[in-house]
Amino acid sequence: MSALDFGYMWSLVPILLSYVPLTLFMALVGMAFALVLASAMAVERVFRVPVLDHFVRLFISFFRGTPLLVQLFLFYYGLPQVLSFMSGINGVSATIMGLTLHFSAYMAESIRAAIMGVDRSQWEAAQAVGMTQGQMMRQIILPQAARVAAPTLVNYFIDMIKGTSLAFTLGVTELMGATQKEAAGSFLYFEAFLVVAAIYWIMVEALAFGQRHLEVYLNKAHAR
Amino acid sequence: MTSPSGIAISDLNKAFGDTHVLKDISLEIAPGERVVVIGPSGTGKSTLLRSLNFLDRPDSGTIRVGDLSVDAAKASRGDILALRRRTSFVFQNYALFANKTARENITQALITVQGKSTADANARADAILRETGLADKANSYPAALSGGQQQRVGIGRAMALDADLMLFDEPTSALDPEWVGEVLDLMRRVAEKRQTMLIVTHEMQFAREIADRIIFMDGGHIVEQGPPSQLLEAPQDPRTKAFLRRVV
Repeated sequence: MSALDFGYMWSLVPILLSYVPLTLFMALVGMAFALVLASAMAVERVFRVPVLDHFVRLFISFFRGTPLLVQLFLFYYGLPQVLSFMSGINGVSATIMGLTLHFSAYMAESIRAAIMGVDRSQWEAAQAVGMTQGQMMRQIILPQAARVAAPTLVNYFIDMIKGTSLAFTLGVTELMGATQKEAAGSFLYFEAFLVVAAIYWIMVEALAFGQRHLEVYLNKAHAR
Repeated sequence: MTSPSGIAISDLNKAFGDTHVLKDISLEIAPGERVVVIGPSGTGKSTLLRSLNFLDRPDSGTIRVGDLSVDAAKASRGDILALRRRTSFVFQNYALFANKTARENITQALITVQGKSTADANARADAILRETGLADKANSYPAALSGGQQQRVGIGRAMALDADLMLFDEPTSALDPEWVGEVLDLMRRVAEKRQTMLIVTHEMQFAREIADRIIFMDGGHIVEQGPPSQLLEAPQDPRTKAFLRRVV
């Protein structure tokens, strides 16, 4: 086994770091959309809105039941063939769309579980003081559900950051794609992929650091 | 003719599946009257209270609070909200909002339901916290309060609403014995203001002191009612006698 080419690895760092913003952009936008969609679906699942409930359950079943890569190929290569308005979709948009729909299915279930976990008597207390269902959800139930769901949701966000690497398969030159190109030029695959692995790892660790602060904040009502 | 005041409940029925819990309950409560409901457990006392603000939806009957009359069988969402806004409820297990401080528990409905300004709501909450002896706990979250303190906040939250009818569902039953006294003291102070109250409790001594009328319920019926001296000292129905022998 030959020694690692540290000089080459060091030279890759600034090149690959310049792709980090695109990775974070896809993950952050995907997460923002997924949170909104998942919360809406979770609330629907709690109240079981007639008719709509069937669609939401089908949606969750499909997007949890099929691989993310298959979904991305469906959106990028498949849908434009049957839906003309999708023909202009680019790889970044298709990736964001895939990440949003895929992860919202998982997140809906964990948010739903967190909502159901809020003590039943607090629902009743909110109703008893005359709050509407919307006021009760926004001000009493969802803030407490957020605290319970937060660790799981951060986990999904971590998964989503790593999931952006699949954009490479849609021809997007993002972090993974750029690494592949660099490696193909230098033939130093081990070094290149080691560097990109470290970059993903550091991003996730930075997030885990933020998660600890988030949890302290969300737990302030429960400190004794 | 003035608009009706007080509370009138007529022919209220509620079943859970095959179990008929409330059977044609009719009851009138005068403004300022303090009514205590006693009876064996599983006899519909809590269900009666919870039916009055639709935490448990009654199957039939009418509930009138002041000039608001609601037909249970066809109550709309708006009717239910209106009824809830004329009543307040104290829960056995306090049911404080865990993500809100003691003060916020009291101001929550004043702001979101009654539309008061934050400043007005805070002023009202602080007055109530002083009255309940919790001025120093205004910024504490429920998790940091004792059972007795939590229930005093629960009562304060209900007091703040200035409801036509305050409902108390066994407010001391979940408390450690050491906290029962302070909660009953607070309820006495509420009673002294001639607040209309309907209280389910097992605290017989307390009932004797503050009640204008005691109602004995058994098997989903109102069996017997009267002023404490009459109902507790000279009960007429054998079921009332049997119950009082067990608990007094």
